Formats: sequence, C-alpha cells, structure tokens
Amino acid sequence: MATTAIHAPAHAAEYPGEHTGLWSWLTTVDHKRIGVLYLYTALGFFVFGGIEAVIIRAQLGAPNQHLVSAEFYNQLFTMHGTTMIFLAIMPLSAAFFNFLIPLQIGARDVAFPRLNAFSYWVYLFGGLFITIPIFFAVAPNGGWFGYAPLTTRAYSPGLNIDFWVIGLQILGVSSLAAAFNFLTTIINLRSPGMSLMRMPMFTWMAFVVQVLLVLAFPVITIALVFLLFDRFFGTNFYNTVSAGADPLLWQHLFWIFGHPEVYILILPAFGLVSEVIPVNSKKPLFGYPVMVYSGILIGVLGFGVWAHHMFAVGMGPIADTFFGLATMLIAIPTGVKIFNWLATMAQGSNRYNTAMLFAIALVGLFTIGGISGIMHSSPPADLQQTDTYFVVAHFHYVLFGGSIMGIFAGIYHYYPKITGRLLDEKLGKWHFWLMFIAMNLTFFPMHFSGMLGMPRRIYTYDSGQGWDLFNAMSSVGAMIFPIAMLFFIYNFFKSRRSGEIAGANPWGAGTLEWTIPSPPPEYNFAKIPNVTSRYPLWEGKEADHESARINAQTGKTADELGIIIPYSTIKPLFVALGLVVMFCGLIWTKALIAIGAATMIIALYSWLLSPLEPEHH
Amino acid sequence: MATAAHSSVVHTSAPTHHHYTTLGLDSRKVAIWAFIGSECMLFVSLISTYLIYKGRSVIGPFPHEAWTDPSTGQVFKPILNIPVTSASTFVLLMSSLFMVLALAAVQNKELPKRTSGERILGNSKLWLFMTALAGTTFLGFQAYEFTSFVHEGLTIRRNLFGSTFFTLTGFHGAHVTAGVIWLSTMLAIDYRRGLTSKDSLLVDICALYWHFVDVVWIAIFTLVYLIK
Repeated sequence: MATTAIHAPAHAAEYPGEHTGLWSWLTTVDHKRIGVLYLYTALGFFVFGGIEAVIIRAQLGAPNQHLVSAEFYNQLFTMHGTTMIFLAIMPLSAAFFNFLIPLQIGARDVAFPRLNAFSYWVYLFGGLFITIPIFFAVAPNGGWFGYAPLTTRAYSPGLNIDFWVIGLQILGVSSLAAAFNFLTTIINLRSPGMSLMRMPMFTWMAFVVQVLLVLAFPVITIALVFLLFDRFFGTNFYNTVSAGADPLLWQHLFWIFGHPEVYILILPAFGLVSEVIPVNSKKPLFGYPVMVYSGILIGVLGFGVWAHHMFAVGMGPIADTFFGLATMLIAIPTGVKIFNWLATMAQGSNRYNTAMLFAIALVGLFTIGGISGIMHSSPPADLQQTDTYFVVAHFHYVLFGGSIMGIFAGIYHYYPKITGRLLDEKLGKWHFWLMFIAMNLTFFPMHFSGMLGMPRRIYTYDSGQGWDLFNAMSSVGAMIFPIAMLFFIYNFFKSRRSGEIAGANPWGAGTLEWTIPSPPPEYNFAKIPNVTSRYPLWEGKEADHESARINAQTGKTADELGIIIPYSTIKPLFVALGLVVMFCGLIWTKALIAIGAATMIIALYSWLLSPLEPEHH
Repeated sequence: MATAAHSSVVHTSAPTHHHYTTLGLDSRKVAIWAFIGSECMLFVSLISTYLIYKGRSVIGPFPHEAWTDPSTGQVFKPILNIPVTSASTFVLLMSSLFMVLALAAVQNKELPKRTSGERILGNSKLWLFMTALAGTTFLGFQAYEFTSFVHEGLTIRRNLFGSTFFTLTGFHGAHVTAGVIWLSTMLAIDYRRGLTSKDSLLVDICALYWHFVDVVWIAIFTLVYLIK
C-alpha cells in the first residue's frame, strides 16, 4: 500500500471538481459531502449537549446548590437527553451510514441522493427548532421520554412541550426518510459479488438499524400525534382525569419505540468497532456469521422487551416474568459479540492506535453497562434501582462507554478516508485517556449514589445521605470532558490543515472503502468492483485486485471516465424548510402553515418532475 | 429521442438508463415496500389504540349501542352507520380494480387494440381517472360520515371513542387524499406527454401504495365497524 501513498495528492484537496463554496454545500447530493455535513452538525450538537451536562454536574457537585433554578434544571436534563440521543448519537451514526455504506458495498452513491440531502436538512432544521428555545428558557422540560399525562396541556401548559412534540415529529421525518434510503441502498446497490454474507460488519449493523428505524419510528410518530392532538385539539388520548384514558398508553407506545431505539444507538458503534478491531489486529473478524446473526437477533429481541422500562408500574407477574426473561435473553447475542471481539484481538499482532484504544474501551465499558443492564432485567432488583442514579450509571456506560466510544473509534479510523489526512496520534491519545478517565470518574460513582437511593432528575439534595462524595467525584469527572474535547477539536482542525497525508489505505485494511483514494473521488469507484471475498484486499482473488488497481487511480474526473453524476439541487432544502415552517405554524401564526405547505408542495413537485442526472449517451 | 424528452415540460425522475442493481429491480420499487412496512406499524399503532380504548369511554355516544345522558335524559343513537360505510367500502374496493386496469393499460400501451373492448381496457387515462374518482367518492362519504357524527354529538374531543375513531379514520382519509393527489399527478402526466410501457414503474409504485391503503381500510372496516 506504500505505493498508493506516493501517488496521493500533495495536499488533501476538497472533493475534486468545482465543488467549493457555501452554495455547493447547500445543493450537494453527494453522499460523502452529506456525511460530512452530518458529522460537523452532530459534533456541534454533541458539544452543546455536553455543555448542558457540565452545567447539570456543576449544579449537583455539592448539596443544596442553586446555580440554576429547579425549572431550568428540568430543561437542562430534558435537552441533554434529547440532544444526545436525537441530535448527536443518531446523526453521528448517520454520518457514517452516509459516508461508508456506499463505499463499503461498492456503490457510487445511495439509492436516492436527493432524498438523502432532504434527510440532512430536515435534521438540521428540526435540531435547531428543538434546541433554540433553551436560550429563551422555554426548552422542553418533561424528560427525553416525555411521559404523558405529565406532558399534556393540563400539567405542562407552556410552550416547552410543544417544542418537544413538534421537534421530535420533525426529526422522525428525517430518520425515516434516511432509513428508507439506506435500506434500499444496502438491499439493491451492492456491487457484483457483494453477497449479504460478504458485507462488511458495519454495513450489516447499519442494515439492522435501518429495519429497526423503519419499524420503530412510526410508533413514536403516532404516540406524538396523540400528544399533539391532545395539546392542540383537545382530544382525550392521555386524559386520565375526565375521559378515562389509560395512564400507561404513552409508556407502552413510547417504549415500543424506545427500546429498539436503544439498539439504533448502539449497533452502529458495534459495527464501527467490528471494522476497527480486525484491521488493527490484522486478522479477519472472528466468527463473522455469528456476529451477523447476533446483530439480527439483538434487533428482533429488541422489539420484545419494551416493558422492562415499566416494571415499576405494576403489570403483574406474568408480564413481568415475560419481559424479564426476554431481556435476559438479549445478553446472549450481546455476549457473543463481546467474546468475538476478544477472540479477534487474541493472538493478533495488535496495533494500539487511538482508534483501537477507543474500540477496546467500548468492549470493556459496554460490558460493564451490559452487566448492570442484566441486573435491571430482574423485576425485583429493578424495583430497587428504577429512577435512581444506578440507572443513570447503567445507560451512560452503554451510551457513552458504548456508542460514543465506538463513534470516536470510527472517527479516528475513518478521518483519513474522509479528509485524506491522518489525525495526530499523540493528541489522539491525550483525548482518549482524558475521556476514558472522565467517563469512569463521572459515571462509576453513580452506581453507588444510586444504590444509596439518590433519585434521578432531582435538581439538588441535602447532605448527610451519603451521596456527597460520589456526586463530587462525578462532577469532577464531568469537568474533564471539556478538556478532552478541546484536545479532539484542536486535533480535528489542525490535522485537517497539516496532518500527515494518509494515502488510500493507511491502516492496511481489507475492505472496499480502502481500495479507493482518500478522500474518495466524487464517483467513488472508477469501476464498480467485482467482489469475491469479505476482505477483498486481504484474501481477494484476481478479480478483486483488478478492481482495486483501477479504483486506486487518482486525478480522473467523472467526465473523463464517462461516469454520470447527479445534478446538484437546492430543492430538497426547500422541501425541508417548507416542512419545518409548516410545523412552526402550530406554535406561532397559522399563516405559516399555509406558507410552509405551499413551499413544500411546490419544491416537492419541482423535485419529483426534474431528472436526477444528465441523460445517458 | 433525447430532444423530444427535453422539450416536453413534464419530466419524471425516472432514470433514462439502467443503473446496475443487485436485485435487478428499480430501487424505487424496493423503497416503496420498505415504506409500506413502515406504514403498517403506523396503522397498527392507531388500530391498537382504538381497540385498547374500545368500551372505555366514560360518556357516550358509543359506536354500537345507544346511550342516554343521565343528567339531561337526552338519547344518543349508536353512531356507526354500517350500510352507508359498506357502500363507501365497496367503492374503495372497486378503486383497486380500476387501479389494476390502469396499470395493465400502461404496461400494454404498445399492444395493438383491435376491438372497442380492448380500446377501453387499454385506456390508461380512463382507469386512472376512475381510480381517482372512486377515491374521491370515498372521501366524500367520509366527509358526510364525519359531519353527521358531529351532528349526532360525537366530536374528536367528546370521549375516547371520538378521539380514537376520528384520528384513526382521519389518518386513513389523509392517506387516501395523498393517493388521489398522486393518481391525479399520474393522470396529468398521461395527458401531458402520454404514459408508455416504459413508465410502468411509476404507475406500479403508485398502485402498490393505493392497494395498501385499501387493505388498511379492510382492516379498519372489519375491526371498527363490523365487530361489535
């Protein structure tokens, strides 16, 4: 691969062609550039959600503090959860779906490039819609799960929950549109020879996630529609007082979505470390088929365990037993994955670069979170732990220790493919170790404060309950995160300018995305590759090498190669804008509904009636 | 050929050449099935909520039983009018037949038409129009139904039955409306430049959506109207 490095451009250029400037970003339909848009936006929201967390921990650092009011504290924890789940982790995963799926399956773009741009713009506008209210202290304040009837107009009269309901509805449109797109891409745009059982593990996990999105998001959509109707039109779905509504309806609908959502958050990270570990252990992934089956099984079982979030409501012994057992079952496929990663690393010639450290951190930290998860699967134990900091510790070990660590592993691993330059390893290791220490110092003591009975979501507490030390530790840990992130941000921008040139395959990896130059040309593959094995660069036959040789060439434009590139277009942005303006009309003036709908319909028709790409000659 | 396509005002997003696909199917056909899968979960959520709340309304009117307001003594009739809705259901089911004929007409566009029967069957404009007309008729029935229910005292705010019934059937009605707009667009394209067998896929996708909306109505009609 050293030869490829020599042929790499002297400086990591933008994507070749005439694609610079703001307009080109507003109109792009290139999956790689949309991936980059997702990456920057989601990292921005990640930092924003992190700042909210730092304020939360500052408030909780010592007993009886009044840094923020109780009311604003409610907004902080609600927006911290909502931001991290819907605006940071999911879109960070989407950044990788965008950038990697077509490259890993040997496609030139996603199935619907313009729909892809639409998904991004809806995400951006929806994210701003739900985030901006916090600057005016009217942010959502009902928790990320928004339990009704608490969130109905009778108990939450302000605008806060309106922003939440409408914001999530908008973000759902983005997620669903993206899911149809990626699902179709993975099913239908695999290059010749790329059978399902040769797909890279990241694409496999992405595949499972798209199915979960397609089936889980409609349920939250309906739950939110009910809440929206209750709040705006006076329906009775959650009216438990005078209409006899079931107080558990929201909880069931929400968690039928909410538990698959947990796997929507973790499986992409599992996929990323399944790419990082084999490459850095220089061995194929151990037990590939079993990894596939366990990923599918996690997805299937994920639809049968939602009520383990509701043990405390008193569903009775039969339901409790069923959901407890189903939850314990999930430990099996998850455990399989953990052991397969360990077996991949065992006796490998391991290279401990930053990506690998983050990946190993996922394996360890997710296991801790997984084990505390199994503790909750037993209803009697869960009754002790529910709504305490023990649960907060659990889901931060799986979401931070799992998802975020996996995503950073992916960022360090794929940054050179995205930008053409390597991230600085020394700064990277500072980032990793600071983040690792911060993560454990913040979240490990929460197991103890939780076991000692500290409830979630309280904005302050009295001393003398044994919680002071653990809270102080958590708060000190939380203050280290910003320092770690400064290392990362500095590294990110410094390496973008002056990082070492990466070349096509800096890590000596085996999958298709490493056969093409870094950054990839607009058309990805000069020749659609023929695939004969799971790791074409490691164990491929002549057909693989032939494709790889052709695709490694740099400097050719799409025109020279006779490859048709879709037109850039601003229309998806306008459809997204119209959609969001229409929803804004529910909160401000009704005229916006008409303006938004008109914009959306005109832009949509204009989009659908215009060709995607130039005619083929 | 190329200039002819350029000069016509109406383009479609149909690719003018075949990209390689794994299944050999157009990606839009794969995507519409994914979309329909997602829509199933949407309607399952709506229908489940209706069934869970069935019989739990604190006050009337009710779907199948009369109700006397204890404070005023006013008598409310059973709300659902099964004969009228059976008629609208029949119209909607017929629309699926028209849809099949419309698709067949587009697919067989270039076949020679010898008899007047073949010419009628091969008239894609006629069958697209009939499908859209049947859909619109169904919507008319629904508008009548909603208005008469409101007159009889059932509003979306009245009780759990009102909230769940109007939301469920309203969502279905919105889907039919979207379908009618889609069909009208197809009809407009047919008038503008004429649909040919190359456009089968566009009509095929529209038809899959239309049949799905019909099937959902069969579930709603059975579970909400027929089962007491």
